[in-house]
Amino acid sequence: MSSSPGKSRTIKVDCLARVEGEGALFVKMKGDRVTDVKLKIYEPPRLFEAFLRGRHFSEVPDIVARICGICPIAYQMSAVHAIERALGVPVDPAVRMLRRLFYCGEWIESHALHIFMLHAPDFLGYPDAIQMARDYRAVVEQALRLKKIGNRIVTLMGGREIHPVSVAVGGFYRVPARGELSPLLEDLKWALDASLQSVKLVAGFEFPDFEQPYEFVSLSHPDEYPFNEGRLVSNKGLDIDVAEYEEHFVEQHVKHSNALQSVLRARGSYMVGPLARFNLNFARLPEVAQQAARDARLSLPCNNPFRSIIARAVEMVFACWEAIRVIEAYEPPAAPRAAVAVHAGVGCAATEAPRGTLYHRYRIDDQGLVQFAKIVPPTSQNQKRMEEDLWQFVPQLANRPTDEVTWKCEQALRNYDPCISCATHFLRLHLERE
Amino acid sequence: MSSNGRKKQKIAVFKFASCDGCQLSLLDAEDELFAIAGAVEIAYFPEASRSMLKGPYDIGLVEGSITTHHDAERIQQVRRQCHKLVTIGACATAGGIQALRNSGDIDEFVRVVYATPQYISTLKLSTPIAEHVPVDFELRGCPINKAQLIELISATLAGRKPNIPTYSVCMECKRRGNVCIAVAQGIACLGPVTQAGCGAICPSFNRGCYGCYGPMESPNTASLVNQFRILGQSDPQIARAFRSFNAWAWQFRKASEECERHE
Repeated sequence: MSSSPGKSRTIKVDCLARVEGEGALFVKMKGDRVTDVKLKIYEPPRLFEAFLRGRHFSEVPDIVARICGICPIAYQMSAVHAIERALGVPVDPAVRMLRRLFYCGEWIESHALHIFMLHAPDFLGYPDAIQMARDYRAVVEQALRLKKIGNRIVTLMGGREIHPVSVAVGGFYRVPARGELSPLLEDLKWALDASLQSVKLVAGFEFPDFEQPYEFVSLSHPDEYPFNEGRLVSNKGLDIDVAEYEEHFVEQHVKHSNALQSVLRARGSYMVGPLARFNLNFARLPEVAQQAARDARLSLPCNNPFRSIIARAVEMVFACWEAIRVIEAYEPPAAPRAAVAVHAGVGCAATEAPRGTLYHRYRIDDQGLVQFAKIVPPTSQNQKRMEEDLWQFVPQLANRPTDEVTWKCEQALRNYDPCISCATHFLRLHLERE
Repeated sequence: MSSNGRKKQKIAVFKFASCDGCQLSLLDAEDELFAIAGAVEIAYFPEASRSMLKGPYDIGLVEGSITTHHDAERIQQVRRQCHKLVTIGACATAGGIQALRNSGDIDEFVRVVYATPQYISTLKLSTPIAEHVPVDFELRGCPINKAQLIELISATLAGRKPNIPTYSVCMECKRRGNVCIAVAQGIACLGPVTQAGCGAICPSFNRGCYGCYGPMESPNTASLVNQFRILGQSDPQIARAFRSFNAWAWQFRKASEECERHE
């Protein structure tokens, strides 16, 4: 159905598909005007920050992993860094490199999942990757192998793909020997090549003509593409130590969502994730990833959120390259983990989850028990920006049939690889045309 | 139609309060995914597809626990749509980590996390699916083991009992040839009372099992609690050890409550 001027309609998606967690989308239109957009996160609250209180700091990495089955390592990483800062634990440089490798595994696994299984079907017009495989079998098979290689790193280092068990405050319960890691190299060299092909493939998709004046936020490190530390920066002048995070960002509780929405106190909504990291850290990408981006004509800054799928593929190139670099240089640390002297303290940290910056803060008492925990996941930070994208994007679709508007709205949300399980700590679409 | 010409069975995947990790196990079966998609019709799996076919379904896989009034009603509808209903993971089988609210004050918990608690509607308890509807099989684990998931689906399709052992993690440690970390290093380990299925990962990583597969068939928790005390663990520590991903499983719950009373 095409709408005539002034005619009203509602677009509803009761259960947003191909996202992690449960949400709905509600868009109200009057002619070509959007009159309401609500991203309703109805994923039930799980209340992690409440029940972390009273737990020993050593239990925190295992508990927070359960916030998200897709990016448990991100939760473990932000938690251990924050607790290490609270307790003044020194981290061996070899442990730091292993953490980068662990994160590479999660990025490869999560990015391959999102690019090919969750997002590419939108661009190619299929309901899912299984249907897509009827016409693109080789692409889906390659994606599954990429994902498996990411998972292989995680399993080797952590015992299993989901909720790995090796991460401890101060290091790891067990670290791999050199000989355990080197067999990964052959797979990773294949994965690097497959990731380069992936960049080419997704760069050939058709992208809606849509750009926004985004504020991109991510960690930034002087020498490396960011994983585990750095200053928090933006393209609009933000440049802070992570300890100042809560002075600049605030979480708002809106009635229609079980997820808190994070905004910049000074300027409102912002975007975290692959596109933000790419725009802010291009210079720290290895040449092979920079060249792939140039060949894909992903120029700086990229303000088209639909092209985030290319940035995600470029990051997969980086993660494979980085994993190879870490493994080739690897010497096991003297001890798997540093000894921890317990005392009262407060510490915060941010790391770069596949979907964007993940902030944690803990207050720990002199018995080592958590007194206070605060966790700000990437999807909470992107949520307001996702709604704003729809306010701006839907008018372009005013003359399109409702089915098409609905699908395009879903695709626009999937640009952010939303993880609703994380954020409640989403997606039904309702498009109402008045 | 499957290769033998019979109509394919329809599978549906439903999510309640959870981290999505157990249903992700299906997508993590990278080598088997096409075989699964060839053997069954994946009719409803919102995490993977925007095509959502209506029920009834032959097999319903349920992830997550019940924590809201809405979900308590929805699980009744789900049960009516599924010929066989199987729970996957610790949330659906034992209430999950979010069942830690069950021993706390839910209103206080909500106030801690949300600025406007009146926007939040949630139940006092996080409960497993079997407390609401009859369940045909419960697959343990936080997360589940994907090989066990594939065995469960294959067995259900074939109409046989799945081969899922109910003995303890200790059996898997022995089979892996691990030296017992509890005996040799004095590390507190829940392996003796925890159901096998993970492959004894934690002891292989030089740490104690933390019980993510829940209680084994006949766990002697009282004896293990004594052993933990001998190893120098305090009662609050022991109570916390039983109070994690399967805190609401009655054997673990009883053990943690006894330690709390003993404090």
